[in-house]
Amino acid sequence: MGNYVGKSMKRVEDPRFIQGQGRYVANLKIYGMTHAAIKRSPYPHAKINSIDTAAAEALDGVIAVFTGKDLADSGVNPIPCGFTPPDIKLPPHHALAIDRVRHVGDGVAVVIAESAYIAYDALDLIEVDYEPLPAVVDAKAAAQPGAPQVHDEVPNNVSFTWAIGDEAAVNAALAACDHVVELDLINQRLIPNAMEPRAAAAQWDSAMEQMTVWTSSQNPHTIRLLLSAFTLGIPEHKLRVISPDVGGGFGSKIFHYAEEVIVPWAARKIGRPVKWVATRSESHMTDAHGRDHVTHCKLGMSQDGIFQALHIENYANMGAYLSLFAPMIPTALYHTLMAGLYKTPVIYGVTYGTMTNTTPVDAYRGAGRPEASYVLERLIDIASRDLNMDPIEMRRKNFIQPDEFPYQTPVALIYDSGNYDAVFDTAVEMADYSAMRAEQAAARAAGKLVGVGVSGCIEASGAGPSAAVVSLGAAIGLYESGAIRVHPTGKVTVLTGAHSHGQGHETSLAQIVGDELGIPISDIEVIHGDTERLPYGVGTYASRSMAVGGGALVMSAQKIRDKITRIAAHQLEAAVEDMVYDRTTGTVHVKGAPDKAKAFGEIAFAVTLANNLPAGMEPALEETSYFDPPNFTFPNSAHIAKVEVDKDSGEVTLLDYVAVDDVGNIINPLLVEGQIVGGVAQGVGQALWEHGAYDAEGQLLSGTFMDYAMPRADGFPQIRVGRTVTPSPSNPLGVKGAGEMGTIAGTVTVVNAVMDALAPLGVRHLDMPLTAEKIKAAIAAANGGSN
Amino acid sequence: MYPPKFDYLRADSAANALELLAANPDAKVMAGGHSLIPAMNLRLADPGTIIDIGRVADFKFLSANDGYVGIGSGTTHAEVAASSDVPSALSEAAGLIGDPQVRNRGTVGGNIAHADPASDLPTVLVALDATISTVSGSGTRMIKAGDFFVDLFETALNDGELVAEISMNQDGANTGSAYAKLSNPASRYAMVGAAARVTVEGGVFTAVSVAVGGLTPKAQAAPSVGAALVGQAATADNIAAAAAAVQNDLGDDVMGDIHASADYRRQMATVFVKRALTKATERAG
Ligand SMILES: Cc1cc2nc3c(=O)[nH]c(=O)nc-3n(C[C@H](O)[C@H](O)[C@H](O)COP(=O)(O)OP(=O)(O)OC[C@H]3O[C@@H](n4cnc5c(N)ncnc54)[C@H](O)[C@@H]3O)c2cc1C
Repeated sequence: MGNYVGKSMKRVEDPRFIQGQGRYVANLKIYGMTHAAIKRSPYPHAKINSIDTAAAEALDGVIAVFTGKDLADSGVNPIPCGFTPPDIKLPPHHALAIDRVRHVGDGVAVVIAESAYIAYDALDLIEVDYEPLPAVVDAKAAAQPGAPQVHDEVPNNVSFTWAIGDEAAVNAALAACDHVVELDLINQRLIPNAMEPRAAAAQWDSAMEQMTVWTSSQNPHTIRLLLSAFTLGIPEHKLRVISPDVGGGFGSKIFHYAEEVIVPWAARKIGRPVKWVATRSESHMTDAHGRDHVTHCKLGMSQDGIFQALHIENYANMGAYLSLFAPMIPTALYHTLMAGLYKTPVIYGVTYGTMTNTTPVDAYRGAGRPEASYVLERLIDIASRDLNMDPIEMRRKNFIQPDEFPYQTPVALIYDSGNYDAVFDTAVEMADYSAMRAEQAAARAAGKLVGVGVSGCIEASGAGPSAAVVSLGAAIGLYESGAIRVHPTGKVTVLTGAHSHGQGHETSLAQIVGDELGIPISDIEVIHGDTERLPYGVGTYASRSMAVGGGALVMSAQKIRDKITRIAAHQLEAAVEDMVYDRTTGTVHVKGAPDKAKAFGEIAFAVTLANNLPAGMEPALEETSYFDPPNFTFPNSAHIAKVEVDKDSGEVTLLDYVAVDDVGNIINPLLVEGQIVGGVAQGVGQALWEHGAYDAEGQLLSGTFMDYAMPRADGFPQIRVGRTVTPSPSNPLGVKGAGEMGTIAGTVTVVNAVMDALAPLGVRHLDMPLTAEKIKAAIAAANGGSN
Repeated sequence: MYPPKFDYLRADSAANALELLAANPDAKVMAGGHSLIPAMNLRLADPGTIIDIGRVADFKFLSANDGYVGIGSGTTHAEVAASSDVPSALSEAAGLIGDPQVRNRGTVGGNIAHADPASDLPTVLVALDATISTVSGSGTRMIKAGDFFVDLFETALNDGELVAEISMNQDGANTGSAYAKLSNPASRYAMVGAAARVTVEGGVFTAVSVAVGGLTPKAQAAPSVGAALVGQAATADNIAAAAAAVQNDLGDDVMGDIHASADYRRQMATVFVKRALTKATERAG
């Protein structure tokens, strides 16, 4: 055991964040800086007849007003999509709409002014002549004959159809099953709402012909690539992208957004720096939304509850344009997880990706995997009730066993490792499951509606093996870079292509390097988020930073240790094979002679002097590695929740929540626990409160926090977190992703608990969010319509 | 969020506030700013001038005397929530407003002058039969809470008239009051709010006053509930039966939105009146 890995340590980032000293894009002040505001469509779907910007341009303090036509005329290209299954219909996505707007919030013009206040005043002076068109909102309705067409390029609004598995075999197996559970469900649209709204700023240096872009992104290198090779065409060596401190992303800050195109374009055009910061209402209208599936699913099983076949038919709402990874979410990150923890032998799934007059939908914490677990774990929950079997017992009967790994599922993935019974044993013990059931029985006898919900979820995280993601349809591989630069005095700069936006990577990656090299973490600085300072990096999403980013740093540390060992051997006149690198002290000594030793700092300095190195050795102590993992990692969980439903009002109270997760080896338990607890809160938010709601005409109803219900601390009991550890063989640290499992499991666990509470009334399924009104209506219906 | 341009003036006394108002007819006064500023940021309000009355000492007091309590209009929700001099229903409701930041800035006067139908305090003040005292260039007025709230965002205040004080009886002997709220899950404003004050003597209700809000355009007295309960024994069954009488007082104009339909809110009026009555009855005893 090292000095740091495995220990709970507070984040080195915390002092600057809690003292208001974070450096966010919104804090940026550049000499001569101007401010941008964007005129947005109030219509879900309309033809633009004309845009009159004269009055806005005449306002004192307005520098310029540009429209979509201005951008297109100067050669700006549409925003690309990075996941393109065969036969996909790719509608163009302009940074500012040109002749048609396709969702509420679609940008039509940008004002650049001396202050943000003036820019917003000017927005009111822009006259847009719209001709409203009929709109379509629902994922499935969009694909029906006669639905309004969102793009001429996408007939019937179906952008792609993606299927996996042998449908005939699945249908045959279902027909032969003793029992089939069939369910229609909706996984409702969510709005991510990171604490920090999106922001972008840019400065053009005309002397050097260099562009610097600051953006609140999870992956600055990806944004640089897209700005350079696709949208703006600024060559990469002349383009620097910086993502400084970023206040949360949850996936929504992965994608290449319109403002990242508009702001640098305008900065170059007017010859002054430009900054844009989203208002919260703009976040609601323009940050990529999450989920939004309409699903029909069937699970077949034998009378004793052994799963035989699974069939999924899914409509996934893509919104008005295809966001960067949008088509990947309900396909390669969804259907491939449908085996869950179980040995279901045959699985078929199909997703239709449909275009609608709504904000684009893309990855949101969990991204496809929460939707998959929701389908599967709801089906199993209903099945266990149908067959009068305890829901944990039914799951256990179907588990993949520890000796069956690596396990090839029928839906493409090969699970790395796991011990699902152990996870459930821990959860059952922590929750005191049998006591919980006894309390439930007593409460029911007293006329109360108390429910216990269970789930067992799987996740493919740590994306990924590049070959696998590319073969599934991704346009880029998903490896990660990690560089270690040792300075002459032995201080160390760590450069990672991963990005921290709340996860605490400046701490956890330092813990890894500290232990790999045997140096104090106070001697280590982790740098991320700046394309100028780092080698190429992929970024942070899909719970990949420890598994992939950490792996790259382990590789670089190994190279540093090897070099230090060779230098020490040379200087101590011993054979390299006889040297021992002590990773707790950062010293290298001759085996059996601890006093014949060199310290890390001594070698660092010696390398710089370069006057006593082995013949032919290069002087620097700096290594860069790229880790492309052989497989995903597969974290898994057992969560148990207890709820009470108020019979009179339908309000749900969450009484207890136990989350046991196997995320492999753990670098920093405190940070992992934070990820799980925050994730559960976000998951429960979907189950009970959150809904990105549109009316039938396409108006966004939940456009502010007055109407979009975020989870809050007072809605939760103390979330109790436990763990088991099954190391992953897919990376050198043996870690699995920890960022998303809380969210994946939180949603379905609480829905299962509420449905368990309502089970005595014969309620089988209600769609989320489980509002008091919906539940009260179900209670009233069960009581024959009376209250 | 960027409000339209405005001028800012600060009043240092009630009299000064009235002078400034008279001199700036397009002005709005600002107390805590927690309803006014959001409206300006969303560009729903565009006053040319703001007169800040947030530091006017004349409006900042809370004093009890002889079974009567007077609350200066500039008293914050947090101060009301922490007071044991005000009726329990009022401190309870003030403590359920928004979050600590909102309670530390928002004021009672601003809350009732704004007259948001989803506000908590109007409902309580109607149930408590509070009196609202105002000041204006033409003197002072006393308005009963039941007459003060006129419609959605509309009060009996005239242009240039300010809320100065809100006063009411304390919860006296054998008397208890309570507030129960079905919160909007997003905003936490009331989708249904119910306030009740009861007096129980010898196990029998001798006085009952109930009001509901959140679901109607303005806080609404529910005299039918009182009528059904006065003279009855203070039992759970009697409370439940009487609570249902609130349906007679709701009128036709019950509001619904994406969070709760009008039908559901109507049903919940009975449930939350029952909860408020139950708690108030416990406190009376
Ligand atoms: C996030 C959030 C959550 C909230 N949640 C709730 C809730 O759950 N329940 C609830 O009831 N309220 C809630 N509120 C509103 C809160 O109670 C406000 O404080 C209150 O409505 C307005 O009080 P204020 O002092 O801030 O008034 P201001 O915003 O300053 O003024 C509001 C209006 O009243 C006028 N005004 C102010 N003082 C006077 C006066 N003395 N005489 C005449 N006119 C005056 C102003 O001109 C303005 O038109 C919430 C507010 C926010 C921001």
